[in-house]
Amino acid sequence: MQRSTLKTWFLIHKWTSLVCTLFLLMLCVTGMPLVFWEEIGHLTGATPEVAPAAPGAQPANIDELVQVALRQYPGDVPLFFGWDDHSPSIYVNTGARPDTPPPEMHTAIMHGYTGEVLPSAQFNEGVMYFLYRLHTDLFAGLAGMLFLGAMALLFATAIVSGLVLYGPFMRKLPFGTVRTGRSRRLAWLDLHNVLGIVTLGWAFVVGITGAINTLAGPLEQAWQAEQLGEFAARYKGRPRPPQLGLASLDDAVATARAAEPDMTPAFVSFPGTGYSGDHHYGVFMHGNTPLTERLYRPVLIDAETGQLTAQPQLPTYMAVLLLSQPLHFGNYGGMPLKILWALLDLLTILVLGSGLYLWFKRGNTDARVREIERMAEFGTADGAPA
Amino acid sequence: MNAPRHPTGSPFAAPAWIGAASIVGLVSALVGDGAFDAVSWVVFAALLALAIRAWLRRNRGR
Repeated sequence: MQRSTLKTWFLIHKWTSLVCTLFLLMLCVTGMPLVFWEEIGHLTGATPEVAPAAPGAQPANIDELVQVALRQYPGDVPLFFGWDDHSPSIYVNTGARPDTPPPEMHTAIMHGYTGEVLPSAQFNEGVMYFLYRLHTDLFAGLAGMLFLGAMALLFATAIVSGLVLYGPFMRKLPFGTVRTGRSRRLAWLDLHNVLGIVTLGWAFVVGITGAINTLAGPLEQAWQAEQLGEFAARYKGRPRPPQLGLASLDDAVATARAAEPDMTPAFVSFPGTGYSGDHHYGVFMHGNTPLTERLYRPVLIDAETGQLTAQPQLPTYMAVLLLSQPLHFGNYGGMPLKILWALLDLLTILVLGSGLYLWFKRGNTDARVREIERMAEFGTADGAPA
Repeated sequence: MNAPRHPTGSPFAAPAWIGAASIVGLVSALVGDGAFDAVSWVVFAALLALAIRAWLRRNRGR
């Protein structure tokens, strides 16, 4: 590789890393507890322990469960109703108005068979929610999300440029070389290289999927405008149906189950929440395998008549978004995968920290580029025999 | 004069294998449970073992 090319890649690696490192360190530190959010919720009592359903028990009527939730939060309207895939509990989100944003929502959790209200913390309160907001949008909404997405893209660029520099640096050395006897800087450089390569694929995918996740808001809006807008157009000029005039949600869910018999309902959006237009329940069905349970099929039920309106296919960009979420959070392969995810996260913190150390101990750019050239030619940074 | 060969072939051989294994590990648990999960666990545990091995075999003398 020519010196000018090497220098260009070196500068790309240096500046993309420098700009994103502090934010990446924050993301790595806040991301680790988020991997164990469910377990931490159980340990702290924020997530209720749910007794299994009695043999032969029938699920409680959904409309009655919604009414129980509304009695908990007088003056609210229902926003979402959802099922927990791993326990017989259900949740109802309510808010002051149909387009209440998540930070202002209330949540009631109930046993899905007995209707018992389960004591639980609000999802939008407490330390874990604080970490979640810091991790996803820096408490700055869409602007914060897009900023962190840009940082994730810089991180991915730093990984690629680091890989390019790794080639000449390691040309004469076997993989895994860590030389601790020469200088502290060289030892950290070798460790930076080894750990950077070990975490290469994982960190790249977690970074890219993180960047995709930051586009969730705009992608959901595009989907609603494009696909749901088509159905909403049929109701143009008609006011949103009043809360008291809504058709039975229990019947709507039964209609959706009949329309998609191989799927189970994941959650329902009420009219006006932005997920199913102003005139429909959106019953979001999902499959039963690890892959298909991430891919929703919305079944739109007319909220006044209870009739099935449509079962639109999710567009590809929404499927990509939904699949990028588990690949970012690592919550799809049981506890062993979560632990491995956390350990890889720790290694990434070491890569970032060693990169910062190397920057503090830097000489000028030309000296570093010459060091890589000497490594490529002799296998040692000082040109001495390896 | 030809450049001496890399001790293990191309210096990019290890990153290529690690990258490919990481993709397998990431996708495996997504497409199924049971054995598919186990493949993910083995792949990522092996990657961590590589890092530990490199540290245990660090060369203090040079």
